[in-house]
Parts: sequence; structure tokens; C-alpha cells
Amino acid sequence: MDVEILARLQFAITIAFHYIYPPLSIGLGVFMVITEGMYLKTKDKFYEQMTKFWVKVFALTFAIGVATGIVMEFEFGTNWATYSRFVGDVFGSALAAEGIFAFFLESGFLAVLVFGWDKVGPKMHFFATLMVALGSMFSAIWIVVANSWMQTPAGYHIVGEGMNARAEITDFWAMVFNPSSVDRLLHTISGCWLAGAFLVISVAAYYLLKDKHIRFAKSSIRIALIMALIASLFQLFTGHQSAVGVAKNQPAKLAAMEAVFDDQTHAPLYLFGWVNEDKQEVKFGIAIPSMLSYLIGWDANTKVTGLNSFPEDERPPVNIVFQAYHLMVAIGFMLIAISVLGVFLWWKGTLFKHRWLLWIFVFSVLLPQIANQIGWITAEVGRQPWIVYGLMRTSEGLSKAVQAGQVWYSLIMFTLIYIGLFILFIYLLNNKIQHGPEEADLIPSEIGHPKA
Amino acid sequence: MEFNLDLNTIWFILIGLLLTGYAILDGFDLGIGALHLLVKKDIDRRVMLNSIGPVWDGNEVWLVTGGGALFAAFPDVYATVFSGFYNAIIMLLFMLIFRAVAIEFRSKRPMKWWRQTWDVAFSFASILIAFIMGIALGNIITGIPLDSSKEYIGTFWDMINPYTVLVGITTVALFMMHGSIYGVLKTEGELNQKLKGWVNNSIIFFVICYVTTTMATLIYFPNMARHFKDFPPLFALALLNMLAIANIPREIHHGREFRAFLSSAASIASLLALFAVGIFPNIVLSNPNPEFSLTIYNAASSQKTLTIMLIIAAIGVPFVLAYTISIYWIFRGKVKLTNMSY
Repeated sequence: MDVEILARLQFAITIAFHYIYPPLSIGLGVFMVITEGMYLKTKDKFYEQMTKFWVKVFALTFAIGVATGIVMEFEFGTNWATYSRFVGDVFGSALAAEGIFAFFLESGFLAVLVFGWDKVGPKMHFFATLMVALGSMFSAIWIVVANSWMQTPAGYHIVGEGMNARAEITDFWAMVFNPSSVDRLLHTISGCWLAGAFLVISVAAYYLLKDKHIRFAKSSIRIALIMALIASLFQLFTGHQSAVGVAKNQPAKLAAMEAVFDDQTHAPLYLFGWVNEDKQEVKFGIAIPSMLSYLIGWDANTKVTGLNSFPEDERPPVNIVFQAYHLMVAIGFMLIAISVLGVFLWWKGTLFKHRWLLWIFVFSVLLPQIANQIGWITAEVGRQPWIVYGLMRTSEGLSKAVQAGQVWYSLIMFTLIYIGLFILFIYLLNNKIQHGPEEADLIPSEIGHPKA
Repeated sequence: MEFNLDLNTIWFILIGLLLTGYAILDGFDLGIGALHLLVKKDIDRRVMLNSIGPVWDGNEVWLVTGGGALFAAFPDVYATVFSGFYNAIIMLLFMLIFRAVAIEFRSKRPMKWWRQTWDVAFSFASILIAFIMGIALGNIITGIPLDSSKEYIGTFWDMINPYTVLVGITTVALFMMHGSIYGVLKTEGELNQKLKGWVNNSIIFFVICYVTTTMATLIYFPNMARHFKDFPPLFALALLNMLAIANIPREIHHGREFRAFLSSAASIASLLALFAVGIFPNIVLSNPNPEFSLTIYNAASSQKTLTIMLIIAAIGVPFVLAYTISIYWIFRGKVKLTNMSY
């Protein structure tokens, strides 16, 4: 295999593995702010214990997130040096802003969040929790801005020629608010909320099935269900906005997402299918006629540009993007269904009476994780063959000083180390779950059981 | 050479300050790691780990931000060094992962083999991280082979020579000294006495390395001293460095550990300042073919980006300093183990 494939594989593996953790941190961060806020409001120790349990889970995900995140920060330089030279003037400032505004905030207050329970008062501790949650979202903002600039570059000009050409910033705010950043940021953040909410739902449902920590579990599920309902419905909206943006700014990606080969109005929307790229057809597919055209322009006469309108060497791989995209959308609807069903049964008062639903809850933790991963596959593979859309090809961005053998070595090592890390993570997460919250149910609620 | 305080120079200084912050802060927790296996009792090892528990993560952020700032301000340096030193950087990343994981997971299970394994990983990784960083600094002094398009054309083994290894060992010694002083500040009783003994040993170890490295630099890389010759007042920096180092055993002798720690921090800062003055205005010296060197001008981002970044830094840095100081204030004093500890 050549350096390009190896470097891309390595980046894909390291970023995919890393991306298991930040969404959990961001989602759990919001959840902890809610539970600790309830503690401050009600003074009920129960909510403090509840927060403490999730802080421990949070600390675990955060630690792996940081360790695997440093790799990402360095990997642009190690494997994509030519890309780094080309974009550093623009992309680097977003990354540096992430460091200054987000990482210091997160890591500083994380110390108080995890170790500061006895060192600071409850209000200060709540403030620390809030800052950690904010910091993790700031981090998402800057990294999505940087990635969005690679999808829809703006606020720059090209200086120099040939080997020395590079993008230089002309308008910082145009770079930050490039055409895709806001839609993609909202879409990413609500994906993170879903990851956190469904982790909580899953663990709590497991306790209910085992008949343990009942009050803790019921309370956790109720809070997380509201988060899940809001985020999953919001996801429908941001997903739609993002797709309309892709249709406008990256038509080749949209064409791959829906396997549109020839320019057409009344383009259909596939529910599923299998794309034969050579024959340019979708097999075993079921489609809603005209729906794609309708959705991107609220009009069935909207013209969708097909892949054949792009030179052959400017088309992304179709089937992988098509499959990733359709599975993501399907999961999105499943998450809405689960959330709506949960809230409906809660309203009817039978939420915790159905064991089958609790089992669905237990396994639901996987859904947002899968959706987040394949969502990024859609976005990144759909951008190919470009590393910066329309400006630089992925094959042009590699490090010239790095040989295939070196990447082989690091790729194998990363794979082995990450497999080990993942096993360790699951083992320790399971340990924390089995251990459960500290006597949360033994402490009488001061509201419910006033001291006689 | 003429000196102007232009944007490029300001960013050279700012990145130097970020890396100095990193060296002072992560320096002591790497030092604690380097000494970790010398502590035998499990409870003492936990005290060692928890002395850096709330802060090591934040300390590492200085490196991450330093990397980000280098990418933004001097993209060519970021690209050349990280791709050229590929194997070393990948090794550094593996060690940073191992170390983080070891700290996080060591005390999660009670089994002896489990804790022993993570203890070794933690200590070994801490030493290797310091060593690799020293090797990298050494290579900046010796210069590395670059071509006209700013690409590294050497091999991994070109980076390893007696001089760079010497700088690597000196870095480990420096962090051991710094870490042992920090350890004295955070511990009590028997462990505290033990650490005090190591402070003295590590000072001796460091001073031997320091003198050897200084002599070797002046003999083999006299270029590092040229600005000091041209502008003698800079010699004050060298003097300050020597005084800071000499002051450490004095403060320890009088039992003023916190002042010893500040003195140790000052010696790290002044050492890096000497290094920065020595290489200026190059960031990466090309050897042979010095005309291909990466300087603060030919490797920099545009003036516009440097200005934007300066605004970002001006807004962000006061906050960063405020958090850092508050965190160290909140967690001041001796380590007490609780149920949230490592």
C-alpha cells in the first residue's frame, strides 16, 4: 500500500476512535450541569450523589478523549505536512483558539469538578461543572469551524504559486462563519447530546432491569429522556439544514449521498439501496419520487446536479457515502421514535413497567455512537478527493519526508494500542456501572423525608 | 544582527513562553513520574500520583496549545519538524497516551500486578517523554539536514548523536530535580524525608549534566553564543541562570522548599531563554546548508494571521493565567487521599 492510503487509514482510525469520547464528555457535561443544578436548587443530597456518579464516568471518558486528542493535534504535522503548510495560516488559528479558549478552561475546572468536592463550596463546584461543560462545547465549536473551512473554504486568498502556494486569511469572521460552520456545528453538538443522554438512559435502564438503585435510575432516565427528545428532534432540523447546505456548497457530495448520477429535477429520495458505481444504478432500492428535489428547495422542480456533471477525478466514492448517510438518517429516526415513545409512556405513567422497552434502552447507547461515526464518514468521504474542497487534493497534502514503512509501523501500533485502550475503557466503565452510585438511595431525601 | 520587536519576533517569544510554561508545569509532573518507581509502598505511590492528580492534565494542555500556536504562527516549522521527526513524535505520542492511561487506571483496581504494570508504564513514559523532548531541543541546536523546499532529508538515526543524547539526559535530570522539590512540597512524614534526600541527589545529577552540556555547547556549537558576544548585556541572562541554579540547594538547606521550587522554575525559564537567544532568528537550523534554515520570517504565517492570533492571545491568556493560579491555589498544601483520588 502507498503512503496515501496508509496515512488516510491512520487518520481515519485515530479520529474515529477519538470521536467515541468527546461526544460522551459533551453530552454528560450537559447532564451533570442539570443534576448539579437540581442539587443546588432542591438541596437534596440525592442529586449530589447522582452528579458524583456521572462525574466518575465523565472523568474516564475525558481522560481517553485527551490522550487520543493530542494525537490529532500532532497528526496534521506528522502525516499531512504539505497540507499543514498550505492551510496553517487559516486552519492553525482555529486550532490555537481551541487550545486557548477551550482546553485550558476544560482541564482547569475538571480538577475542581473531580477532586474539588471538599475543597470548594457547592456553588463554586457547580460553576466548575458549568465551565467544564462550556469548555467542551467551545472545543467542539473551534474544531468544527476548522473542519467546516475544509468543506466550504471562505475568508482567504491564495498567495504564491506552485509548491509555495498557500491559503492566507483575509477575513477572520468570514472564515469562522463559513457557509457550513453553523449548520454543521449545531448538527454535531446535538449528536453529542444524544450520545451522552443515551449513555445515561442505557445505564439507568440496566439498573432497573437488575432492580438496583431504583430512585437514581428513574430520575436519571427522566432527565436524559427530555434531553434526548429535544436533541433528536433538533437533529432532524439541523440535519435538514446541513443537507440543504451540502446541496448548495458541495453538490458532488450531495449527489453521492443520494446516488444521483445525471442532472435532474424531481430527483427521488432513497430510503435504502445498494449503489453499483460502474453501472451507475441503485439496486434493491426503494425511493420516494421527487422527494430529494422537494426537500432541498421545497419544490419538486429543484434541479439536483448529478455526479456525471463533475470530472471523473472530482467525484467522491458513492456507495460508502450513500450507505453511511442512509444509515445515519435511519438511526436519527429511530432515536426520535425511542425518545417520543419514552416520553409518551412517561406521560401515561407506565414508562418503567415495560421490560422490553428497558431492554431497548439498554442497547440504545450504541445508536448515537454509530450515527456520529457514520455521519462523519459521510462528511469526510463525501468531500473526497479533496482535503480542502476545491483547493487541495488529499493526495497532495501528504508529508514528503515520511515513508510508507514509517506509517505502517505507526498505523499498526495505533491500532493495537487503541484496541487495548478500548478494552480497558469497557472494563473500567463496566466496573463503575457494577459498583453503582455511592449509597444514593440510602440517603433519605431531605425534601421527601423531613427530619422528624 | 538587527533586532526589531515585530510580530514575528513577538510570536517567537510567545511560543517560547508557552513552551516555558509547559516545561515548568509538566516538568515537575514528569519529574514525579521519573522518581515514581523509587517509592516502594503502594500508599506512597498513590500520594505521589495524587500530588500531580488535579493538575497534570492541565499542564499537558500547555503542550497542546503550544503545538496549536506553532501550527498557526509558524506552519512550516510545525510541518517540517513533525514530519521530519516522525518516529520520535509518534513515540512521544504513544508515551503521552501510556502515561495518561497509567495515571487514570492505576488505582482503579486493587491487584498488585495491575498496579505494578501501570506504575512501570507511568514512570517509563515520563522519563522517555522528557528524554525525547531533550533530543528534539538538542537537534535544534546541532541543526538538521533540510532541502530547499523546507523538507527534512535526514533519517531517524541522524537525530541521535552524543550531543543530542546529552541534552536528552540533562532534560531528564532537570525534571527529576524539579519534580523532587515539588514532591517535598506536597508530602508529609517518611515519604517527605525520602524525597528530601532525592532533591540533593538530583541536584548533583543535574549540575553535572548542566556543566557538561554547557561546555559541549560552547565548544562544538559556538554559534549559540554569538548574540551574547555581539550584545554583552545578554550575559546577565546566563548569570541569572547560574544564580537560580545555585540558589536551589541554598533554599533547600534552609528548609524553604517553596522558594527552592520557584528557583528551580526560574532556572528552567532562564535555560530556555538562553536557548531561545542562541537560536534566534532561526527556529530550525539547517545543517549543512544554513541558507535553508527556517527562520521566524520565512516560516511564518501572514502578518494578518499573526495579528489575529495576538488578539486571541490577549483575550485568552489572562483567563488562562487566572484559572491556572486558582487551581494551584485551591489544591495547595499537602496531599490528602479521598475516595475521588487516583
